Amino acid sequence: MAEKTKKLKLSTKSNLLTYAMLLVFFVVMQSLIATDSISNKLNGLLVPICIYSILAVSLNLVVGILGDLSLGHAGFMCVGAYASAFFSVSSADIIPQDWLRFLIALILGGVVAAFFGLLIGIPVLRLKGDYLAIVTLAFGEIIKNIVNLLYVGIDSKGLHISMESSQALGLEADGRMLIKGALGITGTPKDSTFLISFILLLITVVVALNLINSRTGRAVMAIRDNRIAAESIGINVTKYKLVVFMISAFFAGIAGVLYSHNLSSLTATSKNFGYNMSITILVFVVLGGIGSTRGSIIAAAVLTALPEYLRSLNDYRMLIYSIVLILLMLANNNERLNVFKEKISITNFLRNRKKGNTLDKEAKS
Amino acid sequence: MKMKKVIAALLALTMVALCFAACGSNSDTTGSTNGEVTLKIGGSGPLTGDYAQYGNGVKNGAQLAVDEINAAGGVNGIKLEFDLQDDEGTQEKAVNAYNALKDWGMKLSIGTVTSDACIAFQGEAARDNMFLLTPSATAVEAINGDNAFRVCFSDPNQGVASADYIADNNVAKKVAIIYDSSNSYSSGIYEKFVSEAKVKGIEVVTAQSFTADSNKDFTAQLQAVKSSGAELLFLPIYYSEASLILNQAKMAALEIKYFGCDGLDGLLTMANFDKSLAEGVMLLTPFAANATDEYTVNFVKKYTEKYGADTMNQFAADAYDAIYIIKAAMEKAGITADMSSSDICDAMKTAMTQITVDGVTGTGIHWSADGEPSKAPKAVVIKDGAYQAL
Repeated sequence: MAEKTKKLKLSTKSNLLTYAMLLVFFVVMQSLIATDSISNKLNGLLVPICIYSILAVSLNLVVGILGDLSLGHAGFMCVGAYASAFFSVSSADIIPQDWLRFLIALILGGVVAAFFGLLIGIPVLRLKGDYLAIVTLAFGEIIKNIVNLLYVGIDSKGLHISMESSQALGLEADGRMLIKGALGITGTPKDSTFLISFILLLITVVVALNLINSRTGRAVMAIRDNRIAAESIGINVTKYKLVVFMISAFFAGIAGVLYSHNLSSLTATSKNFGYNMSITILVFVVLGGIGSTRGSIIAAAVLTALPEYLRSLNDYRMLIYSIVLILLMLANNNERLNVFKEKISITNFLRNRKKGNTLDKEAKS
Repeated sequence: MKMKKVIAALLALTMVALCFAACGSNSDTTGSTNGEVTLKIGGSGPLTGDYAQYGNGVKNGAQLAVDEINAAGGVNGIKLEFDLQDDEGTQEKAVNAYNALKDWGMKLSIGTVTSDACIAFQGEAARDNMFLLTPSATAVEAINGDNAFRVCFSDPNQGVASADYIADNNVAKKVAIIYDSSNSYSSGIYEKFVSEAKVKGIEVVTAQSFTADSNKDFTAQLQAVKSSGAELLFLPIYYSEASLILNQAKMAALEIKYFGCDGLDGLLTMANFDKSLAEGVMLLTPFAANATDEYTVNFVKKYTEKYGADTMNQFAADAYDAIYIIKAAMEKAGITADMSSSDICDAMKTAMTQITVDGVTGTGIHWSADGEPSKAPKAVVIKDGAYQAL
């Protein structure tokens, strides 16, 4: 019993550390903004940092907790981004309140992405390992290509949808285009602010951490560690996998909403919604330490800001960025360094202190 | 022990915060470095990745013009400074580049090189009321705000001009098209071309598309073109794909005329490209390096001296003109270095509609308030490995 409470407390302490880190980040940035001493560069990076952190945390649920390699995360982001941008552009006249429209857009983007997560999850989650990775990769590409073919316009007769060209819509003279194929959606209101993005990041982290430490989370990790053993004790593998997949897709969709409402134009290219992006998110998760929520956030924030702060190096910028990635990967796998990291780790420090306390008590008694 | 760690962590945080704050404080530089009054012009473009040739062309072209103007004493005594940041052709990085440029002290901008990126860049610039004159972003939305102007033709303009040229000069009656449906530039031209072709009585016999993910093998599209009986193949695409199409068309023994837009510019300077394949290709481009007017001769001579001929394309020419257009507008508006970027923008907006500029990419160019230039399109044909005016 004593053993159990001790363990629980440890995970709580680790979680509190994550929240404290987020809070300090928020307070520091807000005070910089309030005193007007923040650089434009950093100010512009705050929302992307939150977006990529949300993506990394949500992918970490699938890769780290569920133990399945998914390469289609950018696809869910794309679904959320397009669904919400479409909503915001088409309802701009109907809902004049910015906050209400953005709130609905956020929920809509998340729910649509989660629905796609369910849709893809049902057939896909029967697969394992490499097969799952390939199918999710294909899903991401399919989404991106479909979105690129989509033409939607609106006029007095209602919505027109075509997969061919804007002429095929046959719009009336008063009609306007909402989605213009490869040209995407333009004129999305810039509703994403640092405050909203940060709150959403916080919600994502709360949900992720609570999920991991819940009954569901333990069941999911049991599936990850040994699927057959988990099945034999009556854990419904498909159900739990779907739950995690949907939650992960939901938050990827939310990140997509923030993304589309942070830029005035939205197009689906291989750079922002293709497999390149899925891999980038995976890199955040792997570099942050698979399964570690805090690590995912730190890696996402650092790797988003790094290329921008290397701008002064001009042409060598991306070269240095890749070298940094390689060095970090090597460092991550270096045994000696890991031993050193154990030594300076704050979590271990807390654990040892706890141990020390109990040892003291034992000695006294 | 624990206190120590907490204090250490706090100290580290303060240092990081100070570091960021320091980055912010150097933003106000209407600078007078060694007694000279300078004004900073910024922009962004793809310096790495697929379209790096365009970005580097713009960078060099603009820098050339800035150096010339500074050597001649600047604009109203103000020296210009120019910086082009890498945006990899994406919206997100373009916004990052814009913010970085603002920190650097940018007062005027030449926007971005590519269309998608420019839409995002322009959105930020419109919010700050920052003047923008893009040399080469062709999408209609790229200059949505009243702060934005451009040097090149817009996508619809190019589509219409191409269809008009083909119809008016009786180049062909039956036209096939291969375009990139995942690219806004390409599908933008394609759409306008098709609607204008209908008006002009050109029959579009087949329209084949590809995407950025499948832009290496065009045999299927070329077979469809071959069996459609078209006389002319319209290619509103970029030169890297066009070079492959030309090569594969030769292997498929396709006998057809080719017509393209300014995206085909750069074909002849591509490494390892067999120039004989491009023989007879017609394209609309504002710039031909072997033109004999004094602007072009002067530009070509100076550019090749300084940067070589590799990136000397219409993008470089557009950027070179952009800087001179900014100079003309600045002189008209009476810009001084101590004005804020918003005041500069307001003055420039009015001045832009009043000036008429001669340059490398056209003569008598003037602007309407929506930012579109008005100039005559130029068509060239590739003959003996060089452009020749049509």
